[in-house]
Amino acid sequence: MATITTTKGSRSAPTGPDTPAWVRWANDHRKWLFAAPAMVFVAALIAIPLAWTGYLSLTDTEGSVRAESTFVGVQNYLDVLSDTERFWPAVGRTATFTVVALLFEVVLGMAIALLLWRPFKGQKWVRVAILMPLVATPVAVGMMWRLIFDPNIGMANQILGWVGIGPQPWLAGQYTALPTTIFIDVWQWTPMVVLILLAGLTSLSEEPQEAARIDGASTWQRFRHVTLPLLMPTVTVAILLRGIDALKTFDVLYATKGRGGGSFHEVETLNVYAYGLSFDYNEYGVSSTVLILFFLIIIGSMWALTARRKEAKR
Amino acid sequence: MPEGRDDVRRQSIFGASLAVVVAMGLSACGGDDSGASKTVRVTLANHVWTDNVKQALPEFEKQTGLKVELTQLGEDQLSDQYNVKLNAGSSDIDVMMYRPLQEGKLFAKNKYLADLSEQVKSNKDWDFSDFQANPVEATTHEGKPVGVPIITEQEVLYYRKDLLAKAGLSAPPKTLDELTAAAAKIKAAEPGVAGFIARTGKSAAVTQFSSFLYSFGGDFVDSSGKAAVNSDAAKQAYALYGKLIKDSGPANVSTDMGWPEAMAIFTQGKAAFYTEANSLYKNATDPAKSKVADKVGFAVFPAGPAGSKPYNIPSWALGVNANSENTGNAWKFVEWATSKAQTLAQQKSGVPGARTSVWANPEGTSTFPKDMVEAIEASTKSGVSHDRPLVVKIPEAREIVGQPIVDAITGKDAAAAADTANAAFQKFLDDEAK
Repeated sequence: MATITTTKGSRSAPTGPDTPAWVRWANDHRKWLFAAPAMVFVAALIAIPLAWTGYLSLTDTEGSVRAESTFVGVQNYLDVLSDTERFWPAVGRTATFTVVALLFEVVLGMAIALLLWRPFKGQKWVRVAILMPLVATPVAVGMMWRLIFDPNIGMANQILGWVGIGPQPWLAGQYTALPTTIFIDVWQWTPMVVLILLAGLTSLSEEPQEAARIDGASTWQRFRHVTLPLLMPTVTVAILLRGIDALKTFDVLYATKGRGGGSFHEVETLNVYAYGLSFDYNEYGVSSTVLILFFLIIIGSMWALTARRKEAKR
Repeated sequence: MPEGRDDVRRQSIFGASLAVVVAMGLSACGGDDSGASKTVRVTLANHVWTDNVKQALPEFEKQTGLKVELTQLGEDQLSDQYNVKLNAGSSDIDVMMYRPLQEGKLFAKNKYLADLSEQVKSNKDWDFSDFQANPVEATTHEGKPVGVPIITEQEVLYYRKDLLAKAGLSAPPKTLDELTAAAAKIKAAEPGVAGFIARTGKSAAVTQFSSFLYSFGGDFVDSSGKAAVNSDAAKQAYALYGKLIKDSGPANVSTDMGWPEAMAIFTQGKAAFYTEANSLYKNATDPAKSKVADKVGFAVFPAGPAGSKPYNIPSWALGVNANSENTGNAWKFVEWATSKAQTLAQQKSGVPGARTSVWANPEGTSTFPKDMVEAIEASTKSGVSHDRPLVVKIPEAREIVGQPIVDAITGKDAAAAADTANAAFQKFLDDEAK
């Protein structure tokens, strides 16, 4: 009898005929029971707010979320999707910001990661220096660059002056503000891409490299046909992580240009727009609509990215 | 006999303890103050007024035995804080500093602000009737007082005495034409110094632009309630405001400037004229904050075709959160912070208040610069009681009527921008009237 319980015990706890019913129930549902706290947590903090936002997006709530509101169906969605003044330009800016920033970050990140790959003297210090921007607080970063890029007293124009280039408006200009914020994003987040790629590089085995070298492949050929294909999964991860973050960028934009992304909405991305809708206009219904659409855009683009990756594998 | 005396003592002790017990019982029945926290949670904006209150707080805490927990935020962050907390029906704000003309209507409509009808009558010495009529009107909702005005302001002209003297001008400009000419002259003569600076952010600039608008004879809304930002007066005002900054302002001027940025340019000595709210004047005259502290003069807002018509408004007020569980103690704080003594102290350290008696008191204006007092006197006579459209959704309205300002600053056609803005503003007004 004792032996039977022990062998059984390797899969489930010992239960006899006199075990109370609830213990038996708990025992049978162990995997649910242990996962429950985490599931309740996720439900409370993600699913419920999301559902609530979804509900709000179907109402005309404004002024206060506790005010009376009427159910308007998909009217908000129709309004937002036909809004060419604020919504679509914001979509455009979000896409531009993300794609351009990501492009620079991945190319630069790859270059820096390759440089740091092979050990050299003082490597530790170089690594620390390069990773510095990553640990800085985004709002502080925004304030710092705002000072540097000040059109009248900023350091950037002073340095340009030394090489004979006239002062630029940088963040103050209607058409230069977005590129400048992209620059700040690249400055701050390239180190993260470096970090991820470096981790990937370090885990690559040496044999394929050696084989290629013996076969007489040049440095570029080795990178293009050996390192890069092997590193591709890591690159995808870096693009995914950084892409989602870049789409959702808010802190630096808000710290440098304030509400509405400047007087001409020059850096107003979807996130900044949704923020303005709720906190400036108090139009919670429309704001929720924009956020739900934004959510779908993020999921959609990430799905497209991973799907393409899977296809390429095949 | 000694026995008898002992008896009396025992009786009196018994009586006293009974009285204490009864008193405790009574106070426990004292309605919503039962178990009220001894801590008053106060949320205030970054302002000279707040700095002064912070210094005087120990006095209040000693007087009342209460503890004040103070949160201090910038204007935008303050709005966000209120939006989040009050929307959620939170009770962890007791006293709130708010802008009657910016958020007053929305907050009152959402029932965030407690009705103070009873409280303002509770103390004769505090004397609610002492407050100026215009500010009180702005803090009243549907006939009920929901706030107590603490700061009043008018738009004045800040200028640099030294630069004016250098340019051969003996007095500050009296008209907008003179201002334009003087600003251009100084900009041309002084390398690296702008002739004129003012707010440039499309939302932030609206209030300071309003005095230009009124002085040209315009307003945001006409007497019949229709949008009027494309009237001839408005078009001229937009064009002039834009021209002043475009032609006489700093090179590569940002179109995102609120008062902190514009004030910084002025106090760094980089501009000769600056139109701004007078309640911020300490920033310009305090040597710790300003490089030109001893060179700043003040003048009444320059006259346009319709005369000098600066706004004259209550910019900040104190309200009590309707959801607060500590309204009794919250009111104690409001009563203290808006008392005659505090208002006088505030005014002596540079913050213009809303009490008639303090203005009538020579001590109340003793520390203001002399030219500032003259400017205030003139402004309160000719001033207009609003500095932005009086609607519920102010932030949206400000962005609409502010667009022509930035268009004019960046050299676009101000008149065309005003026409576009007017159509949008009329649509906004129609929507809000629904």
